[in-house]
Amino acid sequence: MAKMLMKGNHAAVYGAVMAGCTAYYGYPITPASEIAEAAASIMPKLDRTFLQAESEIAAINMVYGAAGSGCRTMTASSGPGISLKMEGLSYCAGSALPCVIVDIMRGGPGLGNIGPEQSDYNQVVKGGGHGNFRNLVLAPNCCQEMCDFTKLAFELADKYRNPVFVLTDGVVGQMMEAVEIPEPVNSIPDRSSWAVYGTPLHKNLINSIYLDHDDLEEWNRKLLAKYESAKASEVRFEEYRMEDAKIAVIGYGCVSRVLRNTVDAARERGIKLGLFRPITLFPFPEKQIGALPTRGVEKVLTVELSTGQMVDDVNLALQGTLKSDLYFRLGGNVPSALEILDRISELYGV
Amino acid sequence: MEKKTVLRKPKGFLDVYKHKPGAEKDRTHYCPGCGHGILHKLIAEAMEDLEIIDSTILISPVGCSVFAYYYFDGGHFQVAHGRAPAVATAVSRANPDKVVISYQGDGDLAAIGANNILQAANRGENIAVFFVNNAIYGMTGGQMAPTTLEGQKTTTTPYGRNLHTDGYPIRMAEIIAQLDAPVFVTRVSLHNPANIRKTRAAVRQALQNAKEHKGFQFVEVLSTCPSGWKQDPVDSMKWVEEHMIPVFPLGVLRDSSAEASVITRAEPIVDPARVIEKLGLAKGPSVTFSRGEIAPEYSKMSIRVAGFGGQGIMSTGQILAQVAMEYGYNVSWLPSYGPEMRGGTANCSVNIQDETIGGAEAVNPNMVIAMNRPSMEKFEKALIPGGSLVYNSTLIEVKPVRSDIRIFAVPVTGLADELGDTRVQSMVSVGAYAAVTGMFKSEDIVGLLPQVFKGRKQEIIDLNARAVRAGYDFVKNSF
Ligand SMILES: Cc1ncc(C[n+]2csc(CCOP(=O)(O)OP(=O)(O)O)c2C)c(N)n1
Repeated sequence: MAKMLMKGNHAAVYGAVMAGCTAYYGYPITPASEIAEAAASIMPKLDRTFLQAESEIAAINMVYGAAGSGCRTMTASSGPGISLKMEGLSYCAGSALPCVIVDIMRGGPGLGNIGPEQSDYNQVVKGGGHGNFRNLVLAPNCCQEMCDFTKLAFELADKYRNPVFVLTDGVVGQMMEAVEIPEPVNSIPDRSSWAVYGTPLHKNLINSIYLDHDDLEEWNRKLLAKYESAKASEVRFEEYRMEDAKIAVIGYGCVSRVLRNTVDAARERGIKLGLFRPITLFPFPEKQIGALPTRGVEKVLTVELSTGQMVDDVNLALQGTLKSDLYFRLGGNVPSALEILDRISELYGV
Repeated sequence: MEKKTVLRKPKGFLDVYKHKPGAEKDRTHYCPGCGHGILHKLIAEAMEDLEIIDSTILISPVGCSVFAYYYFDGGHFQVAHGRAPAVATAVSRANPDKVVISYQGDGDLAAIGANNILQAANRGENIAVFFVNNAIYGMTGGQMAPTTLEGQKTTTTPYGRNLHTDGYPIRMAEIIAQLDAPVFVTRVSLHNPANIRKTRAAVRQALQNAKEHKGFQFVEVLSTCPSGWKQDPVDSMKWVEEHMIPVFPLGVLRDSSAEASVITRAEPIVDPARVIEKLGLAKGPSVTFSRGEIAPEYSKMSIRVAGFGGQGIMSTGQILAQVAMEYGYNVSWLPSYGPEMRGGTANCSVNIQDETIGGAEAVNPNMVIAMNRPSMEKFEKALIPGGSLVYNSTLIEVKPVRSDIRIFAVPVTGLADELGDTRVQSMVSVGAYAAVTGMFKSEDIVGLLPQVFKGRKQEIIDLNARAVRAGYDFVKNSF
């Protein structure tokens, strides 16, 4: 379809609509509000559901209801709202319900501010709510990916019957780029074996209670197996000028865009810098990062808009062969390409 | 509908409680004398008699009735504490032709979930709510509920509920009844056979309305909790009559069943062709315009547009990006969003290039369009050597200070005012940009205006076209 100039937040809604999402439940919060606004404008044109819930808590529980009713469904928010969704998210995971949550990260803790940050990483990537569960997490860095990854998120949510996050920052949510809207899906996978349709044949049960200790242990092991299989087949990442890199910078979301410029500027100075960009944050590209030293990488610098959340995963992946350094900016500040390059020169004497 | 009640297990219950763990698959988990069991039976009977067993979906949140799914023959959601009305909202919207029941306790409905029930009631959701008011938290072992009576001892009010520190018992039915949307709101009790009969009638009324999709039904049921109250069942019944009913008066608080309109919802449109048609998505080609000769310094643009709110700063940037997109460039637009926006100044970054765009913020731009003095002072500094500064000479009375940049003084506000509308400043700027860089032909921009101002009057489009030409011609004629 023809390209349209639109915000990342709007692109996410188009991705959802084309994925066959029929129910959107949300609560406004900057810098994610345009997602609710776009859904409010588009969904009624297709006789699909848009509802502004009374809170993020209500919204995620509505998503629980819609998902259990067999709909492709989503919600979106930012830091404080994502915190409120955590209990409901745990119920979604515990009841194996496919759903999509978009988190446009802002500055924290507390009310913080509405500038871009990446400080929801731990709560989103590690599960967040109570109990043993994980979210699959996709991290777009441009508007086209906001659209495509949201659509993909619905597919993964169905494939694993699990919540999937689209996790990005205020920059990617608020910026506009050209977006090519994908074709709408023809149909969505059959969910009649578990969804509640209120018909004689589908008196199913959506539930996360397992009173018996052995039953609950078994259920948790099944969830674990699901996450292990996602680890085996869903890792996504991108590399830029990594072929002969001696130093690797690692970043996601808006940071990965700036890092691209850092790499180009470094190369002009003869510094062999490359960019490794995780696209799935869970499953994390641990094997690929773990293999960097064997590919000739001698130094690793993780750059993020948090005091160091993803860097822990990078270091776990490196398994002690190297230790990643960390550069961060906070509070809505995004480092510039040259600021990062200065840091690299300082750290590594290049 | 007046069928005789026979003494057997109603068909609304499952024959065998298959989901219930343990050996006792033919009896409930409720304590002797508990009201939940009686209310369950009344609901199950009504489901049978109203022939809705095959179309009922039950939502059971946390509380003693969390295991309602053991018993009823229907679709089930076990849900988080207090959230049943939110879940029920989505379930009923996904299944508008079904009967959706939200079955809640008083801690669930009146404490943790109080907002959820109020909002669902206020939206007039097509659901039937059965609210068991037993003045206590049963499941967690007898703590205070919002409905606990004055002086009532519970494990968290060991000296009795103190109105001054714990507040008053809350009358939910009255609160719900004063909203506009609910259809049927009543309070009934289970403390003796006569009242059980009234409860039976209320349950049937609510479910009949639900079957007819007549919106929000709310039945508050005063109920015993011998275990939580530490009383025997017989004393519990008396306690309801003597202590609860004076605080929670029985009776219908609202009933518009006869006039209530039937809620219908259209089937969602999912057919791909219809989705594309309904959203008006264009299949057409992506690149509309062909490029002219462009000087190398203008072939890759990083632009900062800045001024005060109301000068069309954001739209100037968006239109630059949109026009460039039509020439087949990669483009990005990034606003300064948030508090800055409201502080009077606004700026945005635009990148236009053939290569993949990295950072979206124009940290070191090669073009600054400054619409007021603070913006010029702030962003002139950031320009790369050899970059271009277009500034609004109508409002900026000082001269730029740098000598290593190209400077274009354009009276943007003045030109817009001459056209009779200050609001067309953005288009004057876009025209000026096109002339400075040679990146866009002015007639291409004009050709795009009907799309930019889709749905607006032709006069508006014409006015903006004049603005584009004014900015373009001024630069062509002056520099
Ligand atoms: C978020 C959360 N907080 C607390 C609990 C613990 N809890 C379970 S049931 C309950 C009270 C239920 O009381 P009520 O709604 O009156 O129902 P009853 O058991 O009396 O039927 C509480 C506090 C929980 N499950 N979830």
